[in-house]
Amino acid sequence: MLTRLIIPVVLGVALVTAPAAAEYADVVLNKRSEKEGVRPVIFPHWFHRVRFRCKVCHDELGFEMRAGANDVRMADIVNGKFCGMCHNGRIAWGAERCDLCHSGKTGLKSRVYGGHETLGPGRW
Amino acid sequence: MVLIAEAPIAAETVRRWLPLAQDGLHDPANPALRLLQEPSVALSRLPSDRVGNQVNWVAALEGGHINPRTNILPESRVRMIDLDILLNLRGGTPIVRFPHRQHTLWLDCSNCHEHLFKSKAGANKFSMERILKGEQCGVCHGAVSFPLTACERCHNTPRNKPPPAAAVRGS
Repeated sequence: MLTRLIIPVVLGVALVTAPAAAEYADVVLNKRSEKEGVRPVIFPHWFHRVRFRCKVCHDELGFEMRAGANDVRMADIVNGKFCGMCHNGRIAWGAERCDLCHSGKTGLKSRVYGGHETLGPGRW
Repeated sequence: MVLIAEAPIAAETVRRWLPLAQDGLHDPANPALRLLQEPSVALSRLPSDRVGNQVNWVAALEGGHINPRTNILPESRVRMIDLDILLNLRGGTPIVRFPHRQHTLWLDCSNCHEHLFKSKAGANKFSMERILKGEQCGVCHGAVSFPLTACERCHNTPRNKPPPAAAVRGS
């Protein structure tokens, strides 16, 4: 009887407290951000793929196709690697515009967000 | 003739995208938030889809709605091929006709070959379980390209139809 009551309640709470609808394929990068005292980075795939094909970042820029697998440091970006190949003040805003990328809520875990979760990218 | 296709989106279907301040990820207290483009501004003018970003990204590209850059480095080779591969030839679900063309519009060969898939037709062993765990096709489908709930987009070729001559038979 107890389990018959508890399971729906737990499920109900899980549904109610599920994260609000991030846009499909939004990625949170928070391996270092919060430890370094800045907000986590929100990387919106939708914004970027309007402007660049996947291969630009995942081939030319060297981003692994797995959230959390890329060891991106600000020093690299400032030196023109990873995000810094475009975020240099010429193609896109420069690295000094901290808040435009470091725009996430504190406490977010690095992963792909945005629904349609399987046991794959959204759960890594 | 039986066509396995998704019902077209009704013209009156209203697509809605949450404002960034309400998406559960962005910090509404960030003063720079108002400078960021809202998804509704960029996506509402692109061809519709029922899933993912509610945008049919391939249609957006092919229809000229967007023209995303193919490369940043001038020396990068932009490689595209038009070759369909028939997969899942021995499975119970409809055959998968995999189009290289739509994939290479976005991706470089090296994004999938040879670490995810061998180039040799028939050399790959596909597994839906692995795909659902984010391996093989699931590296992108389910994360950024259309989700794995849209079964019929990949399992798109009825088994009782003779395979089209223009396709290569894979595994």
